[in-house]
Amino acid sequence: MTDTQRPPAAPATPADAADAARLVSFGLQPKISPARDAEYGGLLRRYQEEPPFARLADAVAAGLGLVVLEVSPRAGMAVAAAEDSVFAVRMGEYARRAATETADRFLHGLAHLAVAALAFPRPADLADDGYIGRVTVAGVEAFVRQACHRLAERAAAQGENTDPATDAPGLEAAWRVWSRRTATGATKDARRLAGSTTGIIGKAVAFLADAGFLQRTGDDAGGTYRTTARYQLQVRELAASSAMAELLALGVVPVGDGSGSLVPPTDDDALGLVPDAGLPFHG
Amino acid sequence: MTAAAPPERTPPGPLQPLGRPAPGPAADEGLARRLRALACTAPLHDLDVRKANLAGEYSTYSMAEVALAAIDAITLAMDFDTGADHERVVGRLLPRVAAQAPGRPTAEHERVARWVLDNLINVGSVDRGFRAVYGTFGPEGAYVRRDYDFKLIEEVPGPGGGVWLRTTDEAVNVLVGALDTDVTSAQIAAEVKLDVLIARGRLADAQLAAEQARYRTVQYAETLRRTLESTRRDVRAVDWLHAVPDMIDEALAHIADRYRHENAILTNIRRARDEATATGHKLRAAELVDIVKDCIRRHTQLQSRLLEAGPLFRAEQDRQAFRPPAARAGTDLYGQLLAPLLTQPVERAVRVTDAWFARATGPRPPGAVRLTDLTELLLTPPVPREHLGAELPEPDLVATPDDSRFTEEQLTAALDLLRLPEDAPRRLSGLLADARRRDPELPHLVALLAVHAASPAVGTAYRQGEPRLLFAVDDGAQLTDDPDIGGADLVVGTALLDAAGMAAERTEGTA
Repeated sequence: MTDTQRPPAAPATPADAADAARLVSFGLQPKISPARDAEYGGLLRRYQEEPPFARLADAVAAGLGLVVLEVSPRAGMAVAAAEDSVFAVRMGEYARRAATETADRFLHGLAHLAVAALAFPRPADLADDGYIGRVTVAGVEAFVRQACHRLAERAAAQGENTDPATDAPGLEAAWRVWSRRTATGATKDARRLAGSTTGIIGKAVAFLADAGFLQRTGDDAGGTYRTTARYQLQVRELAASSAMAELLALGVVPVGDGSGSLVPPTDDDALGLVPDAGLPFHG
Repeated sequence: MTAAAPPERTPPGPLQPLGRPAPGPAADEGLARRLRALACTAPLHDLDVRKANLAGEYSTYSMAEVALAAIDAITLAMDFDTGADHERVVGRLLPRVAAQAPGRPTAEHERVARWVLDNLINVGSVDRGFRAVYGTFGPEGAYVRRDYDFKLIEEVPGPGGGVWLRTTDEAVNVLVGALDTDVTSAQIAAEVKLDVLIARGRLADAQLAAEQARYRTVQYAETLRRTLESTRRDVRAVDWLHAVPDMIDEALAHIADRYRHENAILTNIRRARDEATATGHKLRAAELVDIVKDCIRRHTQLQSRLLEAGPLFRAEQDRQAFRPPAARAGTDLYGQLLAPLLTQPVERAVRVTDAWFARATGPRPPGAVRLTDLTELLLTPPVPREHLGAELPEPDLVATPDDSRFTEEQLTAALDLLRLPEDAPRRLSGLLADARRRDPELPHLVALLAVHAASPAVGTAYRQGEPRLLFAVDDGAQLTDDPDIGGADLVVGTALLDAAGMAAERTEGTA
């Protein structure tokens, strides 16, 4: 991108600034693809070919409180909201109950994390630009529930009493909050029970689909979705690192060797028809 | 740990050092387990306690019995990949509910069945589960109160977006107990027992054993269903080279074995049915035939699922296995984030999920409101909905004649007469005489109101915040000189309700 050979370019005109802002505004509409929109495609090429224009567009984005993740024909102008930006989504606006109830706040956040974890099960999937993840609402629900179930079994095997103290609900183990919540529920008007875990995941994927991060491909298993390049970028470049930093701040140091932890079970585990044989969770 | 227990039982005069203030955690754990088991039965007892709160007379129904029948019905209806349908469970319960109160309308029976089912799901709570509180001693000897959360019936998503009911392990344990054993060996034992029982002609016992065998069959299918579901989700999660084919072979061999066995039993029972002379025996044998047939049907279903598993794995493998390895390593979202997160206390975990949520959601342009748009928006008429349903027919109303025994004026007069000062109760005879002077019909109404006040609804009055309440007390005196009305000459008075005092001593409010 460093282009020192070019003679000093003409100073940016208001028209250039308008074009740069227009490119950023395309970036804010993730459902528009540069392959389908001629104007978007043109501006994108200009960004890649003219460094002064690229710097101008970056400055516009930064001024609006946006972080430019990538500019490519694949992902378009991929921008993300910086912290405290007007474009950031706040949990309290996202779900009303989450504003007051810690458990609900946690469940909504965990649902988003679980969607990403199942969409990119191996570390390599997250790194591979061509990878397209597929998730279903029911699949995510079962995935988390089984992870919780496994922790419950492990706690039981170690003879731990995981029931939380009545006067300290905040010390309850996180997995219990999920396994306690009902998976689904009948409602009078045949809609999803909003407070159930399926309802919470359904809200998360619908929200992500609305933001252009997922694409709905069918209605099976509560709704099937595939990931977009922007979702992969956002998870890889921003979400994973910031959540990991927060986890490290809690004193938890997860060690990974890059091979992924969703691995085949050992033969000892798989022998016989023990309950939940063949779980994707080992280690 | 148990060595410390005996000295604990006889506390000596001076205080012991605080080394072992309570029995060790091991002793306490057994207690906690029993407390939790006890808690699982609480919702059933609770049903019979709370039926009094239902509007209407429901004491004839045995709610716990209906609840157990509901758990039974759901456990039996649990199929390979579905649960029980809500409406069908209600349908299965109706005959039992109807038998408990044959004279009542069907709508009431249905209401009872639904009430029981809703309460077993605990529809009112956000978790749709139950919570019991119990106390244990921690390792340091501190007494900790803990919450035990459990469900009896859970609602699970079914194929096609429906909601199905499944009984939880807790419920199955409440229902039959001791099911928490090795499924295979328990089933073999039950079948051998069944064989013997049939050979000896003890059909009543044989039916019990066969029913237990069917519960085990259901549990067995449930275990397999979960296994297959989790393997289907991610090909890499299972060892396709050894573990899965072994497991399928094992399960198929098992099914073949059971199938042979159950067919043999079927032949035996059929013979018992045909040779039996007593009607009861014949009926039992016929029921047994049905149960064993159901077992065979379930095995066949399980078998077809197992056969489908192979092609599914191959297709998934083709889709996922042959992709080039990525150049750089990414984050292991499950192993490095989700799994460690789940073990953290929710108070701390929420910080991580908040961070994730803040960075994993895309930019959302805030709405910029212009007054002109807002005005237009507010003035736009709502779009008519297309699906409003069928048109309601105009109801054909017929004016019913007013056949009340007393008029509104008479009621006002009677109530006026009974508005007594709280420090001066009166005899019913005096009130009746007063009433007769006003209106010859009035004494009847006054007497009715007084009798009604003999057992005042104090709780209701208190809840509705009424400041005063009419009461009547029978002190043994008789109405002697009244021409129309006989019985006790009640003492009628007004009690003032003290809201603060009532809260403390609700039960003594009638005094």
